[in-house]
Amino acid sequence: MSERPRPLAALTRARILEFVREPEALFWVFAFPILMAVVLGFAFRDRPPDPVPVGVVAGASSGRVSDALKKAGTVRVLPYASVPEGLEGLRTGKIAMLVEEVAGLVYHFDPTRPDARMARLEVDDAIQRARGRVDPSPAREERVHEKGSRYIDFLLPGILGLNLMGTGIWGIGFSIVNARLKKTLKLMVATPMRKSDYLLSQMLSRFIFLVVEVLVILSFGIAAFGVPIRGSWAALGLTILVGAIGFAGLGLLVVARARTLEAASGLMNLVMVPMWLLSGVFFSSERFPKSVQPLIRALPLTAVNDALRAVMLEGRGIRAIAGPLLLVAAWAVASFAVALKIFRWQ
Amino acid sequence: MTPAIFCRALRKHYGDVKAVDGVDLEVEPGECFGLLGPNGAGKTTTIEILEGLTRPDSGEVMVLGRRWGSHERELRERLGISLQESRMSEKLTVFETLELFRSFYARGRDPERLLADLSLEEKRDARVGKLSGGQRQRLAVACALAGDPEILFLDEPTTGLDPQSRLQLWERIEGLKAAGRTVLLTTHYMEEAERLCERVAVVDHGKIIAQGSPAKLIAGLRAPHILEFSTEPQVSEALLAELPGIGERRAREGRWLLAAASLAESVPALLAVLEGAGARLVSLSTHRATLEDVFISLTGRDLRDE
Repeated sequence: MSERPRPLAALTRARILEFVREPEALFWVFAFPILMAVVLGFAFRDRPPDPVPVGVVAGASSGRVSDALKKAGTVRVLPYASVPEGLEGLRTGKIAMLVEEVAGLVYHFDPTRPDARMARLEVDDAIQRARGRVDPSPAREERVHEKGSRYIDFLLPGILGLNLMGTGIWGIGFSIVNARLKKTLKLMVATPMRKSDYLLSQMLSRFIFLVVEVLVILSFGIAAFGVPIRGSWAALGLTILVGAIGFAGLGLLVVARARTLEAASGLMNLVMVPMWLLSGVFFSSERFPKSVQPLIRALPLTAVNDALRAVMLEGRGIRAIAGPLLLVAAWAVASFAVALKIFRWQ
Repeated sequence: MTPAIFCRALRKHYGDVKAVDGVDLEVEPGECFGLLGPNGAGKTTTIEILEGLTRPDSGEVMVLGRRWGSHERELRERLGISLQESRMSEKLTVFETLELFRSFYARGRDPERLLADLSLEEKRDARVGKLSGGQRQRLAVACALAGDPEILFLDEPTTGLDPQSRLQLWERIEGLKAAGRTVLLTTHYMEEAERLCERVAVVDHGKIIAQGSPAKLIAGLRAPHILEFSTEPQVSEALLAELPGIGERRAREGRWLLAAASLAESVPALLAVLEGAGARLVSLSTHRATLEDVFISLTGRDLRDE
């Protein structure tokens, strides 16, 4: 006879060991979100957008036009020998707009392209001023560039939410489908192990990785970009915990019946890709049409991202984020209940 | 005495396939019982029904005098199960795997002792993914023993193993038998059943076609001797049909195998027939019939053909 560890503790420990001995899993959970934040963070660093390329057709006045544009510095000037060549550049996207002066100024551009419309305004402004236009009521520019309103500040909570979802669904999903495929699950069900212990151990091990994962992403955001955390750590922690439970439930549901890794990946993508796109990870979900907003609001990742941003960027308290958190909790309870009901153990 | 395992009129159909088609079994406590049959005979379905993992369409199952429906938890504590082709997590070590399985049982055996029992001490800290087939099978048996079970279920424990690993596992299972444990195993290796099992049930197409001790089943053959010979040139089956006291005839790898009721009668007759046909004898040997011959005499088919 021998002393035994508690089954839940033993299962959780086994799951953690399995995970840390899987280098690929470590990369996707820890390194990938940081790489993404670094790349996107630097791409949108504190720097104005690249000047728009504008073509100028050679002619009597083209030298003066080019000088005026260069002096304004808001667009990049590319000379063209003839109109057809310039139009070719426009068609292929090398320039956003083509300027020609024969018997007066002609602007060639596509008004459905935002950069082309911006180029038209900048170009016209530069040329008119160079030719002596005086503004009747000049305005003073007050430039705002505050921490908390930059793209990286918007992005980091989104990446955090994305990571909560990704590792929750992938981490739990693949481990369960693998165990089912190798019949480890069936073998365990043949012992007195409690099924709830097995599912719970999947969640518990997730929470332990979660702490590490969240700390890594947050400290990176704070150290490298000075991303603010204006709300309380308690509110932030609660949001992350509720989010993790929600996605763990969703992960269990997605693979509750899947028999193969292919079926499981398909289902995971089916669940995650819409949220990647719609739930405001990389840009605000408000930009989607009004008619789909109720659907977007109902997605758990939207709720998690909104709550994370409310706490980190707006310094909101727990009461203010109760709505989205309850929504995520409802997702968690519903998907757990269904998953347990339909779970395929062998 | 209550049988360790008892089932009556067990049936399980998958669509048109009658995987188990009316199986009755009784396994006594302390006995090693073998379900013997070709692949697809319904052995795995039968054992998984007895293990409470598959629900039969109809029939009655009692294990240790209990029913699965009402005493599942208690039974799980008292049984040890090793499944065909189930794999442990490759990332865990042998010892970690045993500790995990040990944790599932309220009472059980010390993982260190299990390592020693299954000759796995040297692999204690090796990852499961790095084990050989034989070592994995021994680990599977060790996991099944983690709860110090009263009944051990082994589904095809030596399938796919090399002869040496198979022998090693047989020795381990004999050790368990010596300790008085009830064992139910399935196999399609006749030698395995003959060596390990006190009694076997021969299964074919979901039915038990014979049951008893290996010795009794063999003795029950009308022709318990096997004559194996080859000639130059080969002789036709028609020629052999005239021989007296011969049961089944089959050709294998250029040799003929004949089941004979009496060597004294059949050997001289065979030699005479061969001489008459002008065939030169290249090899001739005789041996006692095995369970394999029992299977052939019952089904007319060779086990290995399946």
